[in-house]
Amino acid sequence: MVIYLLTLILFCVGIYGLLSKRNMIKMIMGLIIVENAVNLFFILVGYRRNGRAPILSPDALITQMVDPIPQALVLTAIVIGLATTALLIALAMRLYGKYGTYDIAKIRELRG
Amino acid sequence: MSKKPQPGMTLIVKTVTRLTAWLILLYGITIVLHGHISPGGGFAGGVIIALSLIHLMLAYGKDMVFRRLSKGMVELWESAGALLFLAISLLGLTAGHFFRNFLPEGEPFNLFSAGTIPLSNIAISFKVWAGLFAIFVALVFLRIVDEKK
Amino acid sequence: MSDGAILVPCFVVIPMAGAFVNSLLGKKIKGLPDLLGSLAPLVLLGLSLLAVKTVHSGAALVYPVGSWNPPVGIAMVLDGLTSFMLVTVNMVAFAIAVYARDYMERYTSKEMFYTLFLLMLVGMNGVIVAGDLFNLFVFVEISAVASYALVAFGTERHELEAAFKYAMMGTVGSLFILLGIALLYSVTSTLNMADMGLVLAEQRDGNLILMVSVLFLMGFGLKGALVPFHAWLPDAHPSAPAPISAMLSGVLIKSLGIYALSRIFFNVIGLTPMMSSILMFLGTLSMVVGALLAMGQRDLKRLLAYSSISQVGYVFLGIGLGTPLGVLGGLLHLFNHAVFKSLLFLNAGALEYATGTRDLHMMGGLRKKMPVTNMTSFVASMSIAGMPPFSGFWSKLIIIIAAVQAGHPGYALWAVMVSVLTLALFMKFMKFAFTGELRQDGLKVQEVPGFMRVAMVGLALICLAGGTLLIPGLREIFLNQAAAIFAEGSNYANVILRMN
Repeated sequence: MVIYLLTLILFCVGIYGLLSKRNMIKMIMGLIIVENAVNLFFILVGYRRNGRAPILSPDALITQMVDPIPQALVLTAIVIGLATTALLIALAMRLYGKYGTYDIAKIRELRG
Repeated sequence: MSKKPQPGMTLIVKTVTRLTAWLILLYGITIVLHGHISPGGGFAGGVIIALSLIHLMLAYGKDMVFRRLSKGMVELWESAGALLFLAISLLGLTAGHFFRNFLPEGEPFNLFSAGTIPLSNIAISFKVWAGLFAIFVALVFLRIVDEKK
Repeated sequence: MSDGAILVPCFVVIPMAGAFVNSLLGKKIKGLPDLLGSLAPLVLLGLSLLAVKTVHSGAALVYPVGSWNPPVGIAMVLDGLTSFMLVTVNMVAFAIAVYARDYMERYTSKEMFYTLFLLMLVGMNGVIVAGDLFNLFVFVEISAVASYALVAFGTERHELEAAFKYAMMGTVGSLFILLGIALLYSVTSTLNMADMGLVLAEQRDGNLILMVSVLFLMGFGLKGALVPFHAWLPDAHPSAPAPISAMLSGVLIKSLGIYALSRIFFNVIGLTPMMSSILMFLGTLSMVVGALLAMGQRDLKRLLAYSSISQVGYVFLGIGLGTPLGVLGGLLHLFNHAVFKSLLFLNAGALEYATGTRDLHMMGGLRKKMPVTNMTSFVASMSIAGMPPFSGFWSKLIIIIAAVQAGHPGYALWAVMVSVLTLALFMKFMKFAFTGELRQDGLKVQEVPGFMRVAMVGLALICLAGGTLLIPGLREIFLNQAAAIFAEGSNYANVILRMN
């Protein structure tokens, strides 16, 4: 139970960074923290009491392993997060070249 | 008198890199090939192979690495990896279903077992290392043209 | 495995192969990107029509990938709603790919455009045929990331700014979807949508399912531009190149937003009266907010983007009603809106290609110089405003009648008023752009090149013929099957799992 609360706190830290910071790079870092919190939560959902890592070896019992499905899915989600982060950083760098600032409050030419 | 600035880092770093870069590359290839026996697989191994090349680039400067491995070759490896993965999954159709394992599955825990999984791991590792290396090159060597309002 | 189910993975494999061959050989062989980019949607359109015929004559198709049967393995499913969405998406994608052959000549690196375009098509088709929840998420992400890159394609100031904001908000929406999937997995311990439907129908853990519903509403609502999650759309859709605006507004918000939401709410979780009234309320709010904010716009594409929000509200109202007539109206409006909104965006692109501006007050009197654009704009505007006998009239009429029949006359009244507002909006568009006096700098304007004209005329013909989908013979094949999926609700699981 405490573990889930800690994951929620990590989620909230990331959302705070996303909402209150004005520098684009800090916002991207907030987004990365939120993504890590969600991935961590997904792995923790698959925990079984007294479970071991779900790696098959000649002397391991399947009944004593944690759930392997969330681990496979989180691997995919991490890769997706990597691709999105790379794209966001490239966009932020290009925006700096065009506007001359990293401050998102000054990049407001589209409005109305 | 001043010397022309050398590309890359100091002599100590260059000497150590000559040893470690190839070890890291070999480690990455091991993780890719043993993907069906131990944890790792295509994605993790591909990341490590990309890291070994970035290690070389950081220590020796970009010109030396680009002489051996041009940008066109990196794009070629990336597309080839994706097409190889698609081809393996389409070949599964010969055994009845899309993506089916069509090679013989040997004993578990042998290196040559588990059908098409090692081949898929190799194809994924091509795409991952080429992709990550391209991301690194694009982000670091981007020429930011200053354009004022 | 059902007969002929080999059809189902083709929708994902063909555009993926096209995209990767394009990225490998696109720079070396001259005409290859154009050829692959137009051929792949054409083949997919043919296959989706074949899929409609197959589903009509038999039952749903289930394809177990790798011959691992569900619920252990991954399944790709093709039933009535799937085939309906596939025809919509691939038809519009083909028209836009033909249009882009001439329009994208003005941008650099056209081969990268077609690679990203085909990857976005992979994502959209994948969402529609996915049979389990995590594959749905992965395909949503594939098309979302491809669309972020496509919005920033021209790398001018406004395009980069719009792409950055769209990417940030889109990623937050995806994270909410992932959190919802994690919570739903913790309750049902399976990821196959049919199996999940079975498990959830037996036990009703009220609070957790409510939270999951809200998370999915937020996440998929952001992808589908439901008010109050619409803030990215007025920036992203105008700034993209015109074929991409048409693609985003026409099919992306439908496939990722409306289809995914309705599949999850109707077949997996099951529609409760509270969720139904929330969907109807948010749909009506979208209608009103979109139409009101569109009134004061000078930028043509921004006006069209706000009107997209408004029309998607109609679809949510129709689907949220839950009655068979309401669902029928919602689905018909989805099809119609995909066709006429992409036609409107292609027209706006043609106007920008010819005159170089998007500001309505700077255009005028172009009807003599650009006759094809004038005619197709007229057809599309009449259709979106709901004038008989164009296609938009029938779908709006069905939604309004269904709202009155279900006992919500207030929503029906709002729908009628928003329809009048939409008529006013598009009268404004036609007046400023086409009628009136030709301006001084309008003398050099000429009609757009061949492929663009062909694409626009093709879509306009489908606009005219949209009302014929209600003729009882055609309605059996196309719309009734899609609407039946909503009616059977949680019975979806029995249909799918009995296949094996």
